[in-house]
Amino acid sequence: MPILTVDMTAGTLTAWRKRVGDAIMRGDIIAEVETDKGLIDVEVFTTGVIESILVQAGETVPTGTVLAIIREEAGAPVSVAPSAPVEPIPAVPPAARLAPAPAGAITEVPGRLRISPLARKMAAELCVDPASVRGTGPGGSVTREDVERAAAARLQAPARPVEPPDRQARMRQLIGAAMARSKREIPHYYLGTTIDMFRAMTWLAEENLKRPVTERLLPGALLMKATALALREVPELNAMWRGTEAVPSPAIHIGVAISLRGGGLVAPALHDADRRSLGDLMTGLRDLVRRARSGGLRSSELSDPTVTVTSLGEQGVETVFGIIYPPQVAIVGFGKVVERPWVVEGRIVARPVLAATLSADHRASDGHRGGLFLAAVDRLLQEPGRL
Amino acid sequence: MIKMTYREAVRSALREALRGDPRVFLMGEDVGRYGGCFKVSHGLLEEFGPERVRDTPLSESTFLGAGIGAALGGMRPIVEIMTVNFSLLAMDQIVNNAATLRHMSGGQLSIPLVVRMATGGGRQVAAQHSHSLEGWYAHIPGIKVVAPATPADARGLLQAALRDPDPVFVFEHSALYGVDGEVDEGAAPEEIGRALIRRPGDAVSLITYGGCVGKALQAADQLAADGIAVEVLDLRSLRPLDTPAVLASVAKTHRAVIVDEGWRTCSFAAEVSAQIMEGAFYSLDAPVGRVCSAEVPMPYAKHMEDAALPQVAGIVGAVRETLGSHG
Repeated sequence: MPILTVDMTAGTLTAWRKRVGDAIMRGDIIAEVETDKGLIDVEVFTTGVIESILVQAGETVPTGTVLAIIREEAGAPVSVAPSAPVEPIPAVPPAARLAPAPAGAITEVPGRLRISPLARKMAAELCVDPASVRGTGPGGSVTREDVERAAAARLQAPARPVEPPDRQARMRQLIGAAMARSKREIPHYYLGTTIDMFRAMTWLAEENLKRPVTERLLPGALLMKATALALREVPELNAMWRGTEAVPSPAIHIGVAISLRGGGLVAPALHDADRRSLGDLMTGLRDLVRRARSGGLRSSELSDPTVTVTSLGEQGVETVFGIIYPPQVAIVGFGKVVERPWVVEGRIVARPVLAATLSADHRASDGHRGGLFLAAVDRLLQEPGRL
Repeated sequence: MIKMTYREAVRSALREALRGDPRVFLMGEDVGRYGGCFKVSHGLLEEFGPERVRDTPLSESTFLGAGIGAALGGMRPIVEIMTVNFSLLAMDQIVNNAATLRHMSGGQLSIPLVVRMATGGGRQVAAQHSHSLEGWYAHIPGIKVVAPATPADARGLLQAALRDPDPVFVFEHSALYGVDGEVDEGAAPEEIGRALIRRPGDAVSLITYGGCVGKALQAADQLAADGIAVEVLDLRSLRPLDTPAVLASVAKTHRAVIVDEGWRTCSFAAEVSAQIMEGAFYSLDAPVGRVCSAEVPMPYAKHMEDAALPQVAGIVGAVRETLGSHG
């Protein structure tokens, strides 16, 4: 069960798209998982044949649980000719399902919980989530006594509803948890600048005349591309905070904040935004918005973003200062493009302008670098034809 | 029950064997006229004569080999080697002959040989007389290895060794020779391969043998003052190892600290730890701890020798570490 959102601890497998014996390719969708952020398609990252399915449709399992076993073919990709017999990978013992390594819930880096073998066994027997237990053993590890104490406390506690009433409420809780953690742990600094959008909007109007109606560009595509290219110049902002340091991300995947109709939001990735054409980015944006609102985001789209862009221009907002979505280290905000008096060569003229902001993690970068980033966005938007 | 020292208990078993079985004889460096370098055989030459209490040349390989030959010839030799450090000169006889002949002869040959030697440090006799290499011997299939910790065991395990049809190596910790204890001279011989709970407890298993048993008991006393009930398990036999007793104790306490005077790397403690991991992994509530000697040749200076050997404070600390903040 993949970790699809920052605080996800469990997911419900709603449907299998493949069956035992099916040949699968890297990137195939093999199952559908319901999370707090909606139905997500689960992709595979290996090529092979599904050997066995361990979690059936309808089951809710903790993240990290093995859903199925894929036998890798000797010479991937799968050839049509019958391949030589391959040693089957030994089946994962059922214990691995009963006691999965809890990840992501408390620890910042998905990693193994410090828990004794005995405590892990007892937690499975007593149905205690080991990740929720405070460890008092050597090095803060969870021990048998800790698990027993947690089990006893649960018995004494008033009965709580097992499942929160609806997904809305849970999404609210999760956004709350992520944002509270961000504000608690990340020392934000905020920068803002106003960008003259005259050249960009003029170029866009001309460009759109050349394009079929269905392929017309919105300013958002220009902003995504400019952001992505500016991140290449200031890579400190395109990174993941891993425990004690920022680890630069090799690719630039922009998480696009998309509000959902019923409330809440998701920020799925626009992959490799720095390397895609404007037309391709526009198609990608439309597709993301549609799928975010109808369900059907891919698992990698939720886990891959290396930075987030939030735009509230549609709502008439002129300036937005975002809260960083951990473990990312920056969020870029764009407001509405508005006509304002602007000084050009000593004269006041009406110009379309845009407020661009940056909220960044001061552990990973300093204001000087953040300023260079915003300046780069501005510079890039002055030459829209080269985006 | 009589109160006697560890030294006297060994002598008592030797005397009884020499009296009871004409095939038994004792040989080694200085065991006759000098009475043994640790005075264990004091008086035996006078009592049994030079045929049965034999001084040997300073050649461990020779007299150990002679012991193997005598055992093959139907005798019941007891070979004393001054310290385990010197026994290395006889390693070829031990590993290639004593341990192998039953196997290589298809069971036709038997080597009922008893080898006694002193082991361990703490007496300021430095790096060529103080090491604890019994763990090396425990590695060898074909021999048995015992390490008595009390006068009663010194007597009972030596008696058991004499009855065994195969080579048995008895490691007597040199710091124990003067220690007193109750001994029942009418008791039946002990059984080789059985560990003994010296002190029951349910918080942590302290697993040890030989010269460290007393230190472990002292550590358990100190911890008891803080309400920590430590179980002290005396292995007594390193080969065969009483694995069921080790696992039963760990299954009860869920924590183990092994105290072993050998060097830590590839120590006997490492073997015990591995057995626990294999047989009681899902009973463990904390990583297994080890208290071993520092990895240096044994220093001569008193304060440095003390620092190199396992001590009560270190054992107490290791026990507390496995308890985390539970303790």
